[in-house]
Amino acid sequence: MTAVTLANAEADPGRRLKALASQEALLAIAVIGLAIAVGLYNPRFLAMRNLSDVLLGNAYIGVAAIGMSMVIISGNIDISVGALIGVLATISGTLAVNGAPIVLAWLAALVAGILVMALQGAIIAYLRIPAIVVTLGMLSILKGGLISVTGGKWITDLPDSFHLADIELFGVLPVPVFLMVLATILAALWMRYSASGRAIYAVGGNPEAARLCGISQPRTIVMVFALHGFFAGAAALLYATQLRVIQSTVPPNLELTIITAAVVGGVSILGGVRTVNKTTLAAILIAEIASALVFIDVSPYWIRAVQGVLILVTVIADILRRRRMARA
Amino acid sequence: MVADAHGHTPPSPLLSVRAIEKSFPGVRALSGVSFDAAKGEVHALLGENGAGKSTLIKIVSGVFPPDRGEVLVEGKPVDLARPDDARRAGIATIYQELLLFPELTVAENIFMGHAPRAGFGQLDWRTMRQRTNALLASLEIHDLQADRVVGSLSVGNRQRVEILRALSQDARILIMDEPTAALTEYDVTRLFDIVRKLKARGVAVIYISHRLDEIFAISDRVTVLRDGAHVATKRVADTDAAELVQLMVGRRIENLFPKITVPIGQPVLEVKGLERRPLTKTVSLTVCAGEIVGLAGLVGSGRSELAQTIFGVMPADGGEIRIAGRKVDIRSPAHARSLGVAYVPEDRGTQGLVRPMTVRENFSLAALGKVAFGGFIDRGAERRLAGDGIMRFAVKTTSLEQIAGKLSGGNQQKIVLGKWLANRPKLLILDEPTRGIDVGAKAEIHRLMGELAAQGLAILMISSELPEVLGMSDRVLVMREGRIAAEFSRAEATQESIGAAMMGSHEDAEKAA
Repeated sequence: MTAVTLANAEADPGRRLKALASQEALLAIAVIGLAIAVGLYNPRFLAMRNLSDVLLGNAYIGVAAIGMSMVIISGNIDISVGALIGVLATISGTLAVNGAPIVLAWLAALVAGILVMALQGAIIAYLRIPAIVVTLGMLSILKGGLISVTGGKWITDLPDSFHLADIELFGVLPVPVFLMVLATILAALWMRYSASGRAIYAVGGNPEAARLCGISQPRTIVMVFALHGFFAGAAALLYATQLRVIQSTVPPNLELTIITAAVVGGVSILGGVRTVNKTTLAAILIAEIASALVFIDVSPYWIRAVQGVLILVTVIADILRRRRMARA
Repeated sequence: MVADAHGHTPPSPLLSVRAIEKSFPGVRALSGVSFDAAKGEVHALLGENGAGKSTLIKIVSGVFPPDRGEVLVEGKPVDLARPDDARRAGIATIYQELLLFPELTVAENIFMGHAPRAGFGQLDWRTMRQRTNALLASLEIHDLQADRVVGSLSVGNRQRVEILRALSQDARILIMDEPTAALTEYDVTRLFDIVRKLKARGVAVIYISHRLDEIFAISDRVTVLRDGAHVATKRVADTDAAELVQLMVGRRIENLFPKITVPIGQPVLEVKGLERRPLTKTVSLTVCAGEIVGLAGLVGSGRSELAQTIFGVMPADGGEIRIAGRKVDIRSPAHARSLGVAYVPEDRGTQGLVRPMTVRENFSLAALGKVAFGGFIDRGAERRLAGDGIMRFAVKTTSLEQIAGKLSGGNQQKIVLGKWLANRPKLLILDEPTRGIDVGAKAEIHRLMGELAAQGLAILMISSELPEVLGMSDRVLVMREGRIAAEFSRAEATQESIGAAMMGSHEDAEKAA
């Protein structure tokens, strides 16, 4: 180890930027490379129509994965988010069908998302119960509650103005893609430059040290979950408004897809480490793989296995990296 | 045969270690270390943290091979590639963390891996119990039964189980790594009895300890290591504590603690009748500006708990705290911080540093308010803060963006210290500020403490190293069972007086004095 000189320290951010970019580049190359490879096998995959469908139909996963990243960085996990998105979509749709102002229907999803998640965060932080237990319980409550209350009936006859996902800004930019990109950029900047974002990393990296530095761990965790609830609400809106009907069931394995996106996007499952922004790219990659399976005549059910492999490979790589670091 | 001018060569070395060298990436852990131990000899290994003792015993126990050099048992070279090879050569090691199965019985633990068998691979429980009882009897241990579950035993008894386990494998060479670290005084006496019995049986004992009095009490010869090199081997009868300390640290003890005398100012911290049951009981103390107050005491005497009560981690139940003359009721670390109190915790790893974060981020963590405006961090200000800290504390790091967990222990400790000073506190509470860091970094931290006191900071230093307490403190407080048991001025404080107050024999000591 050489002694630091300030010149050295000043030169370093550039190096770090490069390292960061290269991780992002890897994901981008995977996204583009896969598109070309599948396109060669079946050119229809590359049709503009298909690619935009993939992006549009999965933007909500990208949005939800941002909140999930923050939760994982803080050293927690949430497996209730898939069920919550189903519930929030239903709440919003029900309000819209019953003549509530559309903006109110949209707001309801966001507010309810924040409330449910903040409640879970409070249970986790103040009663010191592991996140996996709390969110597993919530998953069951939401799933069961949703079916019981709706009786499994679909919500149809939604007013046209309800369909947020159909709006195209300036006539070209679809709202889901716009929201996904905007949310990613804002969240990444916030995590990087705000004192609260720093607190999330600190709590995930070493709760005890954070506490002694005067960072309130419970408050930080409640904040993280509340934010996650906001993103879940936004995701629910995109999900609810992209089809003409809202199925009153929970999208199967949605939480796993969201967690995979967060983990493959470079968030360490062990908490405390690095960046939100690659999560979005990872979400796109997963959606692309799911679509690609169809075009290469493989049963789309394989996507679950593929997700499992992706998670295992990323987590193993992360753990090996940490061991190397611990040894150095 | 290895022997130096002082230690005479014993007739038949049972264990002989010759010119061992070992390097790890970036570190030369051992450079040509030799020593030997005869039948029935207790040979102590002495050295500071990082001197190479652990590496040496790991090589002799077959945990990893040396780069160069050899180990001989009864004059014959042995290949110690794996721990099992060492066991077969008759070498057994008792580590600080005992390696026992808490759910199993004493007998099962002793014979784990080499249990006597009946026919068809069945365990021969009767023989196992008989042999356990024979082992217990041979060491005259009467308060331990073969079928007790190990998890229910005291630390001292667990250690005895480990020793029995070594004997059950016919170990002739027993390595003990700081065996008394977690023992009560009574257990230490019993351990010494056992060691003497082993000695009488012809077992060679390699005894590692920081405690000089133990080395004089139990060992025949002592080998001193420093920075991975063999410094000297002496007969215990031919040396004294002062010489050993000098050999160990490589300079005289006065030079080690550059104490600067500074004028003592107004009281910064005044504590009266502070209560936080069960570990803090009516504690009163004062620390003034420019003063370093040492807080000595045994592990478990309540020193860290007192510090954490003052810092608001475990808020007080009763009593009074004044900071700079103002009465305060500290309810949380954030509150303490805002009052100008800084606390550098004992355990860097779990309490002080966020390892996955960069050096820059760690430096600013306790002072985010100073670099963040409207909730957003000013990167320039943050870099300046961290840059200043690195210069001031001479932190050896490749850059501000280095991951803090990758730095050496001493440098990590400097960051933890620097992090708190970035907040410009009035009172600094240091809990074991130099535990586990090398001599050079230690001296640097001591120098910094002196400078900070000279600038008018009030410092309360908890330390278990008496030389550090004696060398750095203007005043020494001794804690015992949650209370301040004694107070000494710098002139009054001696190893003996503090030691006696820690152990509770301090009234006797005063009478004797």
